[in-house]
Amino acid sequence: MPNRSQIQARAAMMRVRFEAAGAHVVDTPLLQPAGMLLDLYGEDIRARAYVTSDALRGEQMLRPDFTLPVVQMHMSEGAEPARYTYSGEVFRRQEHDPDRANEYIQVGYEVFDREDPAGADAEVFSLFALQLRGLPLRAATGDIGILTAAVAGLKTTDRRKAALMRHLWRPRRFRVLLDRYAGRKPGPEGRDALLDAADPLAIDAPMIGKRRAPEIFERIEALREDRTAPPISDNELAGLETLLNVRETMPFALEQLRDVAVDLPQITPALDRLEARIAALQARGVDVDRLDFEASYGRTSMEYYDGFVFGFYAEGRPDLPPVATGGRYDALTRQLGDGVEIPAIGGVIRPDLMLELEEAAQ
Amino acid sequence: MSLKLGVPSKGRLMDKTFAWFEKCGIALSRSGSDREYAGKVEGIDNVSLILLSAGEIPRELATGRIHLGVTGIDLVHEKLPRWEQQVEEVAPLGFGKADLIIATPACWVDVDTLDDLDAAAAGFRKAHGHRLRIATKYHRLVREFLTDAGVADYTLVDSQGATEGTVVNETAEAIADITSTGETLRANHLKILSDGLILQSQATLWRSRIAKYDPDEKAVLNELLDRLA
Repeated sequence: MPNRSQIQARAAMMRVRFEAAGAHVVDTPLLQPAGMLLDLYGEDIRARAYVTSDALRGEQMLRPDFTLPVVQMHMSEGAEPARYTYSGEVFRRQEHDPDRANEYIQVGYEVFDREDPAGADAEVFSLFALQLRGLPLRAATGDIGILTAAVAGLKTTDRRKAALMRHLWRPRRFRVLLDRYAGRKPGPEGRDALLDAADPLAIDAPMIGKRRAPEIFERIEALREDRTAPPISDNELAGLETLLNVRETMPFALEQLRDVAVDLPQITPALDRLEARIAALQARGVDVDRLDFEASYGRTSMEYYDGFVFGFYAEGRPDLPPVATGGRYDALTRQLGDGVEIPAIGGVIRPDLMLELEEAAQ
Repeated sequence: MSLKLGVPSKGRLMDKTFAWFEKCGIALSRSGSDREYAGKVEGIDNVSLILLSAGEIPRELATGRIHLGVTGIDLVHEKLPRWEQQVEEVAPLGFGKADLIIATPACWVDVDTLDDLDAAAAGFRKAHGHRLRIATKYHRLVREFLTDAGVADYTLVDSQGATEGTVVNETAEAIADITSTGETLRANHLKILSDGLILQSQATLWRSRIAKYDPDEKAVLNELLDRLA
């Protein structure tokens, strides 16, 4: 196994390469205020990050990744366009697999640039591919933007679309909602009686708690409205299902998705962006004919990615986490930017895993 | 060396555990005064009784400081990640039965399932600017259950006792807690979600997979297991 100084030396070398590509070196505190992370990720983050606290500053987390603080820093003081690189420790709780590290070094590269998103996508991906050259890795790519476009353009109520959008990253719940909205699954027992009642709140229980009667009534009204909304059509449903299952090399995936766009024309602008990205990758010498694209890729990872996503995986080593991951997170800059936003993409590489694979190859 | 058996140090759980072993011809008792946490074992040689708080028994099994221990399934699953690799279930003891469940105010007529809870959480966050709070002491079990069910926009708040009262006091909107008859829930105007059963628990005899067993201890373990079977 590689030792810490070997890993640090490799990280420093990779950071120099990112600097040569035009990035500024940045660093962030190890302790991050927990509020922001909890706001973005919800309770799940507690299962992944170490939480600590003191009486003065309240809850804080040991940095689970760099992206969030780097985005915050850029939104408050950065000039644009901007390119940043960093390397340092991140911490992840491990409760299921004792073989996974709970502390490791990440080397990252982030680009904030509004001029040419396809070019920035290709820049980050090809720089990563260059850093990882020679290792037995398989690259996977996807595009969360195609999924969100498909959902946003469904011919159904705004409430249903918002609910589907909220659960895009929870495939099981997404499936349940989709089945319900397509009229394939009935609501819970007694639901109709509740919605038919003249005064659904007239029950033998006192009103307690912070969720008050008007909120309960509002949800009942929403359920009543939803009951009369027509189901999502078979065409749209079939289109969505085909879309979610697209798994091909990039040019063929684009071709299949263009077929899906016959039923779901709303994804066409996102497909045009995918096409532009393919051209930009090709222009940078990436062999797109051998690059995998999975429409569902990235759906179970961090919630902030909303466009191009990618990862590099060790061939024949399913036990290892991805050696590198990254993606576009335009919406995150909007959330953290107080009304200001800028298209952004970035990713991280794990030098420890690179060294481990190199050792194994010898 | 002798085989170490950990048993809850007080209350009904201790009494019922003693009664259960009695049926197998093994008499457990507290030695000396009621305040002393040392025990006596009669009816089998080379077993020593260690009286502990039920909450500490999972950790003692996991570190291997005791070979056998009696405690609830809920505590083992909550306190020991990957518990299967650390302990083995020897026998359910048939008492201390309780369900870990999720309950909401009974007045939430629109909430019957986890699906409803998730929708209510989304609306609640929008209306109040913070996530829907669920009071519990079973953080890991509840989080894993809700993650698996795809519930979002909630947060867990710690409650080590009188959890049912948190809703009325408005320090939480819902609870996840152990219940056996549901009486306390009803008295506090709470109802159980129809698909809100997280775990069915009861007092159980566990064997540590971590503890070292010398030949003597191995022999007495086999004898004991034979007599319990």
